[in-house]
Amino acid sequence: MAGKIDPMHQFTVEPLVPLHIGKYDISLTNSAAWMIATLAVIIGFMALGMKRQLVPGRWQMAVEGLTGFVDDLVKVNIGPEGKKFTPYIFSLFTFILVANLLGLVPLAIVPGWHTFTPTSHFSITGVLALLSFSLVLIVGFWRHGFHFFSLFVPQGTPIYMLPLIIPIEIVSFLVRPFSLALRLFVAMMSGHILMDVFGSFIANGFASGSVAGWGVGIVSFIFIVGVGALELLVCALQAYVFALLTSLYLNDAINLH
Amino acid sequence: MDVASAKLIGAGLAAIGTGAAAIGVGFVFGQFLNSALRNPAAADGQQGRLFLGFALAELLGLMAFTVALLILFVF
Repeated sequence: MAGKIDPMHQFTVEPLVPLHIGKYDISLTNSAAWMIATLAVIIGFMALGMKRQLVPGRWQMAVEGLTGFVDDLVKVNIGPEGKKFTPYIFSLFTFILVANLLGLVPLAIVPGWHTFTPTSHFSITGVLALLSFSLVLIVGFWRHGFHFFSLFVPQGTPIYMLPLIIPIEIVSFLVRPFSLALRLFVAMMSGHILMDVFGSFIANGFASGSVAGWGVGIVSFIFIVGVGALELLVCALQAYVFALLTSLYLNDAINLH
Repeated sequence: MDVASAKLIGAGLAAIGTGAAAIGVGFVFGQFLNSALRNPAAADGQQGRLFLGFALAELLGLMAFTVALLILFVF
């Protein structure tokens, strides 16, 4: 009677439209479909709000709030030099935010459907992190040439500490793309696993029909409401942290501490 | 003890690390609130550092979670 709990099933990438060219498999997967949906939501949200009215309506206020938020983030963390990176940080922030939130839409009430969170896969977050990291490298070497390597020598370090400090700084620099990608991917994945496990507790508890089963089901239900609210917070927080860290790294590359 | 049960015990032990990260995250936010209530005017300017500290503390806990997943699903 009790179904087996399989929390990893929701992360399977399945082809929706099979497409093969030669030996390459370029099918449209559910991951790609949800990324397209994310893009559609962002474009729709922006297009409805970019009206440039002198007295903004509600929708225009929402769009201006979002762009103003990212603009402030970049201005505070990079300074006036960072203005040209605002579009990149904005794309990053909105893509991660909307992809995270779309993954929480309770679409599974339609039998056979379920949402898919592209950001719960390391291949997606890894590419985003590599984009940020290569941008930091390109900007750093473009502006400072080989002087960029002075990033590894913090100012005012005593000479005899340098052999210790430089390897630490190099390792902490090289680990950045990995930590960026890992943080987002694991945060989204663990949240979805948690929700799936407790969702299964509810279903199996009520299906068992015993008093203890009902007790477990009710407690799990109360718990999952709280976890759902927490997940909404985590979605926004992880998108913010990704954008914040990217702008901090860009600040390092532009202003060299 | 067979390998399958050792694997489960190892994954459970690895999950302890997430609790340690909880202490770290609590410390970050607790200290922030502690000083923000002493000087509320300066609190808003430090939000970037607050979330930076949160992100760094949280990452180490997520590492423990990753190790647990690796033990469970890779080996």
